[in-house]
Amino acid sequence: MNYFTDNEDLQFILDSSDLAGIIELQERGFREKETHDYAPADIEDALDSYRKILTVAGDLAANIIGPLGERIDREPNSLAQGKVTYSQPITDCLRSLSQAELMGCIISRQYQGLNLPSFIFTMMVEIISRGDASIQNIFALQGIAAIIEAFADEEIKARYLPLLASGAATGAMALTEAEAGSDLQNIKTKAEQAADGTWRISGVKRFITNGNADIILVLARSEPGTTDGLGLSLFLCEGDDTVVVRRLEDKLGIHGSPTCELQFSGTRAMLIGERQRGLVTYVLALLNGSRVATAAQAVGIAQAAFTAARSFAHSRKQYGRRIETLPPVAEMLTSMKIAIEASRALTCETARILDLSQLTAQRLAAEDIDNNTRKELRKEAKQLERNAMLLSSLAKYYTSEMSVWVTRDALQVLGGSGYMRDYPVERYCRDARITTIYEGTSQLQVQSAFRGILSGTMEKYYEDLCAHGFPQSLGSQAKRLERWRKIIARSVEQLNSKKDAQLLDLYARPVVDMAVEILVGYLLLKQARFSSRKMKIAKIYINNSGPRIVMKAAFVRQGSKHCIKDYELIVGAAVI
Amino acid sequence: MNYQIIVLVKQVPDTKAISSKAMNPDGTLNRSALPAIFNPEDLHALEAGLQLRERYGGIVTVITMGPPSAAEVLRESLYRGADEVILLTDRHFAGSDTLATSYILSRAISKTGHYDIILCGRQAIDGNTAQVGPQVAEKLGLPQITSVEEIVQIDSGKISAWKGVERGKELLEVPLPAVLTVVDTASKPRPPSAKKIMRFKKAKAPGEATPEEAQALKDRGLLIREWNAEQIGADLSRCGVQGSPTKVQKIKKVVLKAKDIKQYAATDESLAQLLQELIQEHTFD
Repeated sequence: MNYFTDNEDLQFILDSSDLAGIIELQERGFREKETHDYAPADIEDALDSYRKILTVAGDLAANIIGPLGERIDREPNSLAQGKVTYSQPITDCLRSLSQAELMGCIISRQYQGLNLPSFIFTMMVEIISRGDASIQNIFALQGIAAIIEAFADEEIKARYLPLLASGAATGAMALTEAEAGSDLQNIKTKAEQAADGTWRISGVKRFITNGNADIILVLARSEPGTTDGLGLSLFLCEGDDTVVVRRLEDKLGIHGSPTCELQFSGTRAMLIGERQRGLVTYVLALLNGSRVATAAQAVGIAQAAFTAARSFAHSRKQYGRRIETLPPVAEMLTSMKIAIEASRALTCETARILDLSQLTAQRLAAEDIDNNTRKELRKEAKQLERNAMLLSSLAKYYTSEMSVWVTRDALQVLGGSGYMRDYPVERYCRDARITTIYEGTSQLQVQSAFRGILSGTMEKYYEDLCAHGFPQSLGSQAKRLERWRKIIARSVEQLNSKKDAQLLDLYARPVVDMAVEILVGYLLLKQARFSSRKMKIAKIYINNSGPRIVMKAAFVRQGSKHCIKDYELIVGAAVI
Repeated sequence: MNYQIIVLVKQVPDTKAISSKAMNPDGTLNRSALPAIFNPEDLHALEAGLQLRERYGGIVTVITMGPPSAAEVLRESLYRGADEVILLTDRHFAGSDTLATSYILSRAISKTGHYDIILCGRQAIDGNTAQVGPQVAEKLGLPQITSVEEIVQIDSGKISAWKGVERGKELLEVPLPAVLTVVDTASKPRPPSAKKIMRFKKAKAPGEATPEEAQALKDRGLLIREWNAEQIGADLSRCGVQGSPTKVQKIKKVVLKAKDIKQYAATDESLAQLLQELIQEHTFD
């Protein structure tokens, strides 16, 4: 078994995506082929390597991680004397990932990484998550390397990046506190600078994934007296004895991923980049990446659940027939599969935009370009940044919600067996549940995406997607999508005309639902150009979207505010 | 201590992927219908070699015999960390049975000069003979431990290992150099490494490349070493079809009809009854 080579859709996306531009930028003219024996010589060479690496990840996920999934779920990590010890299956998985040298995917070669584009890393995240969702949490924390590489000074980079790349050290990102979850501006953890310039961190962080890591990025208040985001800076510290895990959370799912409450007591720390830019620049820069990784994780879990449900429906017989021939079961399975492919299309497109955005920004930072090019590039970079922010919110929202219902329906397909722990599907349900919550809840993603719709970024992006037109055979579908864009415009107009902020908050979700549905419609239409099967999928998807769009628009038009006006009447008194 | 560790590996058809096209009408294997893979137990032998290198230091050299396309298992060995690889290829090697194969391998091992530990899988999934390892030991005059489940240690010039036997295991110790054949419980093979894949995917055997390409590969250290019959000083009459007394006469599909197992108590009467039944069924005549 191999979770890459058995996944036709992933391979289709890899083969049909035009990655040439990204590879050119990522490899900066293939100049490293002389200095690093594993650097590609040209685009074809790079693509061939990507395919081979994804095959290794697929093998590892299917044959090492996947079979350990049940043990990972049931054998807890342990906490003693303020330190966490990974369970044996987690240790085994991490060792294999390190041996395969997959822990430094997005670190550049200078620091012993693989220098892969986010696009390929995102596919890998999906593949690993299908093996086990919680291993993916530790695996994807290699994303903190991106922040270190982009913003830290050379000394920090040279010291820590090779450790992350080899898997000798794992990473964590310590942002959340008891009173600062979605609202990070409220962070209380203090960073104090001594006379000799060194920094020390004190405070308590909560819900920290892999909080027992060797390398921890901590967001802390470096400017005494401030209460806002501008008073926060980002620091790197080692998980030494001054960092104590006070509590290991007992969670619904992703049991292999240790979620820790951390106490820092005068922990020595190094400033990343500049003071006061911790939240507003560095953490925000990480958000897009972590959202797309969570989206890929959600797709991977859904794929695992679908695969189990599909096999079960094929082999299980009732009334003398395979249950997959029963219309209600067939309906569930086809809906699940289409939703997974839609989500994967959106996730990969988001990763592609993320790559373009980051690489364009890097090019802009390079000094050897003339003023005119710089001006053009700056404009392009700005637009890409807006697109990346909008798409990563949409992808995170759409795929995580998808993962929750797809795993739920997968369990439903298995019926009574699905509810039993003998089958892995109940675990997939529990694992999927976190994806709509962490890395920004669905509600926050909706708010963020809604801003992108109001500002016109969404509409501009639709235009980009249509820039090359669609073949005649897809013309009528493309026209329907165009018509629905006008419905969104009307809905937004209706909401804006009331000049009521609460109304905007309330109806952001149906508007975002419409927008993402249209976006996915376009992405599937793009895929339809390469495959007749995809043409069918796109048509079914768009046909099914029609009634939903009409319905959402009707809700917006109705514009009821009962949930605010009649709140007390409906919900009754709180039980305290 | 720097040990010279030699691992013998074989490219085999993936018998798990067998279909109706797997056999030619003449009873030979239709290799084109089956994907070629790294013989599973040989992968464990390679892992055992890599672990010995990590524990004690040394050089791991992987040797395979086959057509130029068998270089693929050598590339896979490089992906996992082999230091050196050698392809034994020559048209005179074609059609070798286990006797000829072990002769050719033993010649190649001798040519490497110094060797301490020779590892191979217990058997290959295409022939399942489990003969090549022991025959190599015999030809080189070396002690051997077959069906190794776990290598314990190397100490004062001796290697000790647990060997699987029916219903149990034995701990054996032999002086180096020695041949060990391993089974799939010996060690879990490590995954190939991404960086090594990107580097060594370009490695080729001379037979896979044009002469100009081969020169360029050589300059970059990516030309796989290749030895032919002459280079290993092989007696051609002992190679290939000529050197192979084994002849396949007929392939027969055997269907085991027995459905159940029957148990006999360990008593004299019970065993007498068993013997009686076997004679009646003409199992014993």
